[in-house]
Amino acid sequence: MTATVERTVRSGIHPLHAVLLAGTIPLFLGAALSDYLYSTSYHIQWSTFSSWLIAGGLVFTGFAILAAIIGLFRAHRRRGISLIYLCLLLVTWIVGFINALTHARDAWAMMPTGFVLSIVVTVLACAATWIGFSLRSAGDKP
Amino acid sequence: MKVSNIRYVTPLAMLLIAGSASAQQYGANPTLPEPDRGLLPDMTVPEPAEWGDQTPTVPDGYTITAIATDLQIPRQTLVLPNGDILVAEGSGGNAPQLKPKDFIAGYIKSQGNTAVESGNRLTLLRDENGDGTYQQSVFAEDLNAPYGLALVDNNLYVANQDALVRFDYEEGQTEADGPPEVIAELPSAINHHWTKAMTASADGEFLYVGIGSNSNITERGMEAEVDRAEIWEIDADTGMHRPYATGLRNPTAMAIQPDTEQLWTVVNERDELGPDLVPDYLTTVQEGGFYGWPYSYWGQHVDPRVRPQDPEKVESAIAPDYSLGSHVAPLGLAFSTPEMGDEFAEGVFIGEHGSWNRADPVGYKVVFVPFSNGQPSGDPIDFVSGFLTDDGRTRGRPVGVTIDPDGALIIADDLTNAIWRVTPDSP
Repeated sequence: MTATVERTVRSGIHPLHAVLLAGTIPLFLGAALSDYLYSTSYHIQWSTFSSWLIAGGLVFTGFAILAAIIGLFRAHRRRGISLIYLCLLLVTWIVGFINALTHARDAWAMMPTGFVLSIVVTVLACAATWIGFSLRSAGDKP
Repeated sequence: MKVSNIRYVTPLAMLLIAGSASAQQYGANPTLPEPDRGLLPDMTVPEPAEWGDQTPTVPDGYTITAIATDLQIPRQTLVLPNGDILVAEGSGGNAPQLKPKDFIAGYIKSQGNTAVESGNRLTLLRDENGDGTYQQSVFAEDLNAPYGLALVDNNLYVANQDALVRFDYEEGQTEADGPPEVIAELPSAINHHWTKAMTASADGEFLYVGIGSNSNITERGMEAEVDRAEIWEIDADTGMHRPYATGLRNPTAMAIQPDTEQLWTVVNERDELGPDLVPDYLTTVQEGGFYGWPYSYWGQHVDPRVRPQDPEKVESAIAPDYSLGSHVAPLGLAFSTPEMGDEFAEGVFIGEHGSWNRADPVGYKVVFVPFSNGQPSGDPIDFVSGFLTDDGRTRGRPVGVTIDPDGALIIADDLTNAIWRVTPDSP
């Protein structure tokens, strides 16, 4: 008798994809919290933390975008939702990059734009992650 | 303080050529546009180019020659009583990169600088027979980014990036007797702006040392700015110091005005507020005066990038005397003498290292600011130019300027790694 192993349902995305996607929220959220602390304390170290957290968030988002593109080509159904997920990630990265440039301004010049953008990027990352983890068998053939 | 009441009238021709963007950059009342940075700061760093058989441009009736070459980042010079010239060579600073931006901007800026290693030494130039050719020899080694130089009687003072030191000096000496004596420690943590400019008071009792800020505009934190952006007055005997003037972002060269014995300085102002902000300036230094940094610029113009703000300090800020134009980066200052020729007899020469934070590079030349009655009296005149090439590269970057009493201007160039000497053809 031949045993055929065929996964017909795999809930969720590839574990590596999941790691990349899951990294975006804490990094961007950390940046937003650091911005808040800078705005209340005027202590420059917090804005330095923000700059690096945003840079890290961009790296993770960038690789998550790659994974999402691969997933899009491999998805044979529910292509629409995969496309929305990819677009959300792209928007997150673009707004995050503008935020990184804003944070490159010296001292208080990043405020208040930087703080606002950090919140927006965090919300975007949450939305992208929510949808990303809602994808079912996105990377699998049916 | 005597403030000159002269209004700098920009000739119509200048307006037609330059357009309204640079309407009035020079003098006591420069036009200050609104701050404008954009998402990315303007960065234009001219790449180094070779001179070939060319030399910088000087006015008709003057000659320029390179009297020393292959130096190791010459910054400031000192003409000794017997005509020998001392050259301080080196580059300092140990500011860590804090943000991702620092890595990127640092790399871009380094493209406009020499690749030569810091010399950390003093070189002596001597013209044995007065024919204008100089021999090079090493006067002292193992210094730490020496910059400011001053001679008082038999004391040769050198401002390293971390300490004011003293050598014994006898006229005609070609090599230091030994290691120098430390007179005073100077603030050197981080040393974002590391150059320690120096000049001696007219009576030789005090040394004035310029200590630049530790950031562009407090982005390394307020704690890093203790004892920074100041000119210290140091007692030459005891090494005791006090702040003589404060709020000067980066005082890179100082000189005592003959006759009045007044201290003057040139200051490099803050960046990233747009192409025409903030003007670098030439000013008298008032004892106890506060010149704005970091809270405000050109008097009471508040810099919004500084938190917490300090309205009282802003209120007390003195506006400087004379704008040299934004981003020109003045690093050299010398009062002229009648031996330099009638047109350039009264005024100051200023070495301008040149801009990075501007789409159109400015500076990269030596200008002459004419004086009358001891005060600036007109727009800067190009004295040595031609450092920039037509294709947007640069062959040299002027730093320190010094007057040789025999009638010559000595210019240190830290990109060519040479010393230039400009002389009038018919003294």
